[in-house]
Amino acid sequence: MRYRYFPGCTLKGQAKNMENTTMAAASALGIELVELEEWQCCGAVYPLYEDELISLLSPVRTLAAAEGEPLVSLCAACHHVLKRAQELMQRNEEARDKVTDYLEIEYKGEGRVLHFLEVLRDDLGFDKLAEMIKKPLEGKKVAAYYGCLLLRPSKVMQFDDPENPTIMEDFIKALGAEVVKSPYRTECCGAYLSVTEEGVARDTVAKILQSARNAGAEALITACPLCRYNLENCAADDGKEPVQVYYFSELLAEALGLQYKQLMAEAKERRRVASDSK
Amino acid sequence: MPRTGVFLCHCGSNIAGTVNIDQTIEASRNFPGVVHVDEYRYLCSEMGQDIIKKAIEDNNLDRVVVGTCSPRMHENTFRKAAAEAGLNPYLLEVANIREHCSWVHKDMEEGTPKAIALLRAAAAKVALNEALEAPKLEVEKRALVIGGGIAGIQAALDIAEAGYPVDIVEREPSIGGRMAQLEKTFPTLDCSACILTPKMVEAAQHPNINLITYAEVEEVNGFVGQFDVKIKQKARYVDPVKCTGCGICWEKCPAKAPSEFEMGLAKRKSIYVPFAQAVPMVPVIDKETCLYFRKGRCQICEKECPPQAIDYEQQDEIIERRYGAIVVATGFDQMDPSIYGEYGYGQHPDILTGLEFERLFNASGPTGGKVVRLSDGKPPKKVVFIQCVGSRDKARGMNYCSKICCMFTAKQAILLKEKLPDAKSYVFYIDVRTAGKGYEEFQRRAAEEYDVAYLRGQVGKIFPEGDHLVVHGVDSLSGKVVDIKADMVVLSAASIARADAPELGRKIGINTDSYNFFNEAHPKLKPVETHTAGIFIAGACQTPKDIPDTVAQASAAAVKAVGLLSKEMLQGEACTAEVDEAECSGCLHCVAVCPYTAIDAKEIEERYGDGTLKRTVAEVNPALCQGCGSCSAICRSGSINQKGFSNEQILAEVDAICLQR
Repeated sequence: MRYRYFPGCTLKGQAKNMENTTMAAASALGIELVELEEWQCCGAVYPLYEDELISLLSPVRTLAAAEGEPLVSLCAACHHVLKRAQELMQRNEEARDKVTDYLEIEYKGEGRVLHFLEVLRDDLGFDKLAEMIKKPLEGKKVAAYYGCLLLRPSKVMQFDDPENPTIMEDFIKALGAEVVKSPYRTECCGAYLSVTEEGVARDTVAKILQSARNAGAEALITACPLCRYNLENCAADDGKEPVQVYYFSELLAEALGLQYKQLMAEAKERRRVASDSK
Repeated sequence: MPRTGVFLCHCGSNIAGTVNIDQTIEASRNFPGVVHVDEYRYLCSEMGQDIIKKAIEDNNLDRVVVGTCSPRMHENTFRKAAAEAGLNPYLLEVANIREHCSWVHKDMEEGTPKAIALLRAAAAKVALNEALEAPKLEVEKRALVIGGGIAGIQAALDIAEAGYPVDIVEREPSIGGRMAQLEKTFPTLDCSACILTPKMVEAAQHPNINLITYAEVEEVNGFVGQFDVKIKQKARYVDPVKCTGCGICWEKCPAKAPSEFEMGLAKRKSIYVPFAQAVPMVPVIDKETCLYFRKGRCQICEKECPPQAIDYEQQDEIIERRYGAIVVATGFDQMDPSIYGEYGYGQHPDILTGLEFERLFNASGPTGGKVVRLSDGKPPKKVVFIQCVGSRDKARGMNYCSKICCMFTAKQAILLKEKLPDAKSYVFYIDVRTAGKGYEEFQRRAAEEYDVAYLRGQVGKIFPEGDHLVVHGVDSLSGKVVDIKADMVVLSAASIARADAPELGRKIGINTDSYNFFNEAHPKLKPVETHTAGIFIAGACQTPKDIPDTVAQASAAAVKAVGLLSKEMLQGEACTAEVDEAECSGCLHCVAVCPYTAIDAKEIEERYGDGTLKRTVAEVNPALCQGCGSCSAICRSGSINQKGFSNEQILAEVDAICLQR
């Protein structure tokens, strides 16, 4: 199974751990992720206006660079922008002509654009994944946190039912862990309000973490660097044992028996740095 | 040369506003065969018709063209006027210069030449028209009602009372329909069973009504006055003549299945009647769950039945019967709200639909009439009702308002407070819509006297937390997000058409709208008729409606059916197809395309040289032909002509439009 891989900026910095663990897991699973050469920004935020085409130049160049091969990303925000840019290129001929004329490339919206979780679900299959797990996370109570970017707008993202998604729960099950269903798993994490209105983000994060803890979760997985940032940095210390936040790929690597200690040490260090900076 | 008269209608300014009448008159004078032209402000009025009649007599006209609205509106009016003046009504043509012309063009520059072209075509066609006679058809004096809910029962009773025999075909083992499932009815809170069961019994005992329960319509052929219907009587495995309805069989039966009548909230036996007041009180055996049918042993019902009415050998039977009129009253279903992931329906026993919640109030329902949580059997303290689940939702549900939910929710909230005075109800709504006699007052009573809190807003999420269901929504009037710790949640799921309504529609020859509800012939003026003569609709199979509207519509449909059955003879279609046997090659493509099975093959003998030759040709049965024109269009040799629309007439129209531009 060969895929083109688009990392995006965060995966080389703040979310380095998501890339490391995914790469290790992918090779253990026989999934080849070939990083695009000279890749650039995904566009960061999908434009709110359909005629704001300038923001689409970068993602469309990325899409075309995959040369029709399936394009995989890990960061929920990157995947969101790429998937939506592709859908616009397929649907709106006028926008497509303008963008591709400007870029002087040929692109008609071809190729699959996938999040790595979709590769695991649709191409590898969670049943197959479960068979390949070496160290099942038995007894570990894990809740999924989806956020918004992977799910909505659901008709474009085609990721899962936006109100009642199951992909991450099925993933957790495949790792051998115990699934905890947390009611706030699709609520907003506060997004960029953690920068401008931190109080709002603190309230939303508190709800998400409390509801996960009340449901009995020890750990929470996410596929979004921003969600993780907020969940860790906007969490209030109420003296109780905090719910640990992981990238989905960290638990995947752990369940596959890969460099477990090293990965965990890195994660711990990162959390220490984060809490020092608060 | 014909003597044709052309008459133009202004239709107030409907036509005259976009068509220059004076210019059109001048142009019409020059059409071949036209000897008289006149105009009037409203040609369909009595004065207007008199102008036509007088002109026919004074000018000795033998052809008439009227330039008016669509022939669907007034063709019959003008044909009648022509007939009164002694002219064969089929020698009159309508040029539709309103719907096809003045209403779709902006100004006289576009409208006038178009009107002239349409009139020229009509004048060219009418010159070739022939006098036609509509055949007379017999009427079978018996009606069929499909569906035995309150709509079907009411329609059947009214038809029967008028003196005509009527059969009710009901799919379920008992008549009664949705109304039988209800505990109370709004806005008077009378007990549903108390007002319905007398009607069910009356229908069963009426000498003119024949109940065919546990049966479905298989096939409908024929036409108004003479519908030939095949009805499949499903095997009950119980002899209805011997059965006394004593109930021993279903008491002793060891196998169980979810009860359809209880919306799956309770079990019934494999041999069962759907509910205690079932009519007829004759059980059926559900083959899927019956131990004898599944595993070949048990037969307890057979051993225990005192009159020995059990008959495992019974087979499905086809009943064939002719009817003069059909009333379709097949009712509605409730949408499955599980597509709304945020409400969690189906994932928690205390999240119910309105119809499921209704059953909890009923003394013979799944909880014996106790309103309790199905999870732990405790009475609820807080119940949240959510409106418009699937209704008024363009994105994921139906665009329409289901009409009954605001009222049944107010009813259930009142009933809840009366049963459990400590319970508190909350209603999330988009708008409260309670138009109807006594309805608004009823809903206000719920809000003001029964402590029901109405919250204008929507719910984003329902999730279990401990013993409760947290309803996370917004009260848009205060602008606040609210979390209600509820004990039960009731979803007002949309009322939707029966899933198999389009299939039934195809069988009987009536069409459905984009939601699969049956279409009426005219939304205002023909609310119970369909586009197929002799077939009428009543109740929620047309669109969601409450009991008063359903009963009113059922009586209306019955009157229409009775009006039809009371006629000695019906006038048939005059514009039927006819085959020129000399030209017909016998390919029989026409047989395949005829929607009315009006064409058959026939053998004819022809002289050929010295001997004779047998060959096949097509033959049209004029009694069945509805004049649709399909055969004439597909005929390769042009040997089928439709009277009134012959190939020559159509080509004359085309020439008149194309050649003289």
